[in-house]
Amino acid sequence: MNLSQIKFGEVATITKVRGDLLALKLFEMGVLPGEEVALENVAPFGDPIAVRVGEYKLCLRLQDAAHIEIKINE
Amino acid sequence: MRRKVTIALVGNPNCGKTSLFNALTGLNQKVSNFPGTTVEKKTGDVKLSNEIGLQIIDLPGTYSLYPKSADELVTYELLRNKAETNFPDVVIFIADASNLKRNLLLFTQVCDLGCPAILALNMVDVAERRGIYYDVEVLAKELGVPVVPINARKKTGIEPLKEVLINNLPKEYNTYFSLDKVDPDFLNMVSKVTDKRNPYAALQYAINAAELISEKSARIKEIFENYKFDARQFQEDEVFARYHIIDAAVKKARVYSDLSLKKSLTRKVDAILTHRVFGILIFLSLMFLIFQAVFSWTTYPMDWVEAGFAQLSNYVQSSLPAGVLNDLLVQGILAGLSGVIVFLPQIIVLFLFIAILEDIGYMARVGFIMDRIMRPFGMNGKSIVPLISGMACAVPSIMASRSIENKKERLITMLVIPLMSCSARLPVYTLLISLFIPDNAVWGPFNIHGLVLMLMYFIGFAAALVSAWIFKFFIKSTQINYFLMELPGYKMPIASNILITLYEKAGAFVFGAGKIIIAVSIVLWVLASTGPTKQMNAVAEKYTAITVNMTEAEKNEAIINGLNLQKDAALLEASYAGQFGKFIEPAIRPLGFDWKIGICLLTSLAAREVFVGTMSTIYSVSGTDDNLDSIREAMLKETNISTGKPSYSLATVFSLLLFYAFALQCMSTVAIVKKETGKTKWAVIQFIYMTVLAYGSSLLVYQIFG
Repeated sequence: MNLSQIKFGEVATITKVRGDLLALKLFEMGVLPGEEVALENVAPFGDPIAVRVGEYKLCLRLQDAAHIEIKINE
Repeated sequence: MRRKVTIALVGNPNCGKTSLFNALTGLNQKVSNFPGTTVEKKTGDVKLSNEIGLQIIDLPGTYSLYPKSADELVTYELLRNKAETNFPDVVIFIADASNLKRNLLLFTQVCDLGCPAILALNMVDVAERRGIYYDVEVLAKELGVPVVPINARKKTGIEPLKEVLINNLPKEYNTYFSLDKVDPDFLNMVSKVTDKRNPYAALQYAINAAELISEKSARIKEIFENYKFDARQFQEDEVFARYHIIDAAVKKARVYSDLSLKKSLTRKVDAILTHRVFGILIFLSLMFLIFQAVFSWTTYPMDWVEAGFAQLSNYVQSSLPAGVLNDLLVQGILAGLSGVIVFLPQIIVLFLFIAILEDIGYMARVGFIMDRIMRPFGMNGKSIVPLISGMACAVPSIMASRSIENKKERLITMLVIPLMSCSARLPVYTLLISLFIPDNAVWGPFNIHGLVLMLMYFIGFAAALVSAWIFKFFIKSTQINYFLMELPGYKMPIASNILITLYEKAGAFVFGAGKIIIAVSIVLWVLASTGPTKQMNAVAEKYTAITVNMTEAEKNEAIINGLNLQKDAALLEASYAGQFGKFIEPAIRPLGFDWKIGICLLTSLAAREVFVGTMSTIYSVSGTDDNLDSIREAMLKETNISTGKPSYSLATVFSLLLFYAFALQCMSTVAIVKKETGKTKWAVIQFIYMTVLAYGSSLLVYQIFG
């Protein structure tokens, strides 16, 4: 599954980041395989979303979040 | 002789860099251009000790040295070139301790580029509240640089930082990332082409140059191809290798970490501020509050400015001998200056609110809330702050759009900002609306005058959105369209940060827009006060004859003043500006405008509110204090000679309102767009599309209602 499908209360681990320039930018911003992510807010119109990643809060669009593969932590 | 040390402040966005800059320099800062470029830098000179003086350069925040926005490019451009006179002797790298790993990525890149560095570990208290503790000495040892814990907002740790600068200034740079895996022959080639000895600096420059800088990009791409070098893959490997190194250092330095302690106030606040109902309600209420404040708080200071300038003008006019110099001073320079200063109160109040909301971290949330709405219009959440600021003045707002990464979205934002109704339109709207609605008319609990005014602001915003939507289809973009934005934790606002931002924005208006407003005012004064000699002399002679033929009894002050005003109006009609008005009359007649409005369209090019002043000259209204009512009466009395109907029919007024809402009658905006886009082309396109929009909608409205 990918980050655009994450629900409130779930904590997930990033497994893979796809996309050319987007992936590079995400890596630079600390969105790396192995990092934990959790959903924090959803904007009023359902998109973008804000997730906690590493030690900060990142806002991203669902279409971009779909490039981030995650696995829900047990 | 004091030694001058140049220091650059570098860090991620939201790391507290600007707070540190403010703490180090206070108000002692200035904005200037890098030599030979239009790229702006913020610098401050500080005396450190009797031997050392600091020149501190504040650079825009960035996540890496592969720049993605115009802002980030500034940082990269300074750090890439060691030969540059502004190349820092030392970089103070500000890292957010609560998010150290990601911050250190850029830190290692900056060091590898060849900059000796000091690490300022900011927001240690925030990290500790979240349960993360670092051993500063271990971190310094692991990274091999001096590390100083600071709190830039509370101004703690500044003295120890200065202490390091005085006694322990690093001379050498550290390297972290190794280029072992890259073909040495290839690196040699790259070094030669880029003329850089440091291999990382050379390769890094080449990768950016392939994308950004045109002259060498073809040659570099060729080398990349010959050696089968995949820049994208290299950057990815580089990032991972750096994180690997950083991870090791951070783990050793982290003495205690218990994330279960983590309690986040930010999360609770965000649950409300970005809520689907409350979030929007709060945003709209804030906007409403801000505009209430902009209008109600600024009436008095604006009156004072106007009254002050009126007195000053009278004083200058009466104390200098009458003549060209007197007129130039009073009608050219002082009028222009007054036109600039009078807007300062509104601009300051609006930017005061924006600066506070920005400093506490709310503006990033506005971007978050609004992104979905802005997206269909080819803009993103970051466009909203420049657009709102556009209601004060387009010039600083267009500069504020630099933080938008996507070039297309940034360009669209800049192109539509001037459609937001800025403070210069307000006096024009007020006068025009008062022509058909009495000041005190009410509809239920609302003042109709105010409602129509609000409608004008709304029309401007709607036009901005529609234009943006159209531009979306015409502007090509090769960039991938993503929107990533850090939402910083909420902070208490700091007065000094807000005041310095205000000072900067007001400065951008006074010196950026003001310069041009005054220059255009002078040119327009020349056009309005000179004309073909024959016509001008004829007017002068006519009025001299009238005065000569008057009996002593008729020569009272009121009559003379009235005559002088009529003479001024006649002179304006005969002047080049008047000729221009008559020349374009056929073109603007379908909009319901006569040559008199034609003169106003010309003079409004300095700033739109000049409309009011020109009208008062045309209708021979005395230029003293509260003349709005007299202009209104004069305009209402005016009848059209050919039709015999009032000149300012409802249709004409509607048409004029729309024209002033849409037309780009502001040379300062043209200049700033040319500068910010780097191309005359976009300034011209903007001028043309807004003129067409203004003309078209005025035509439509006049033909429907006329």
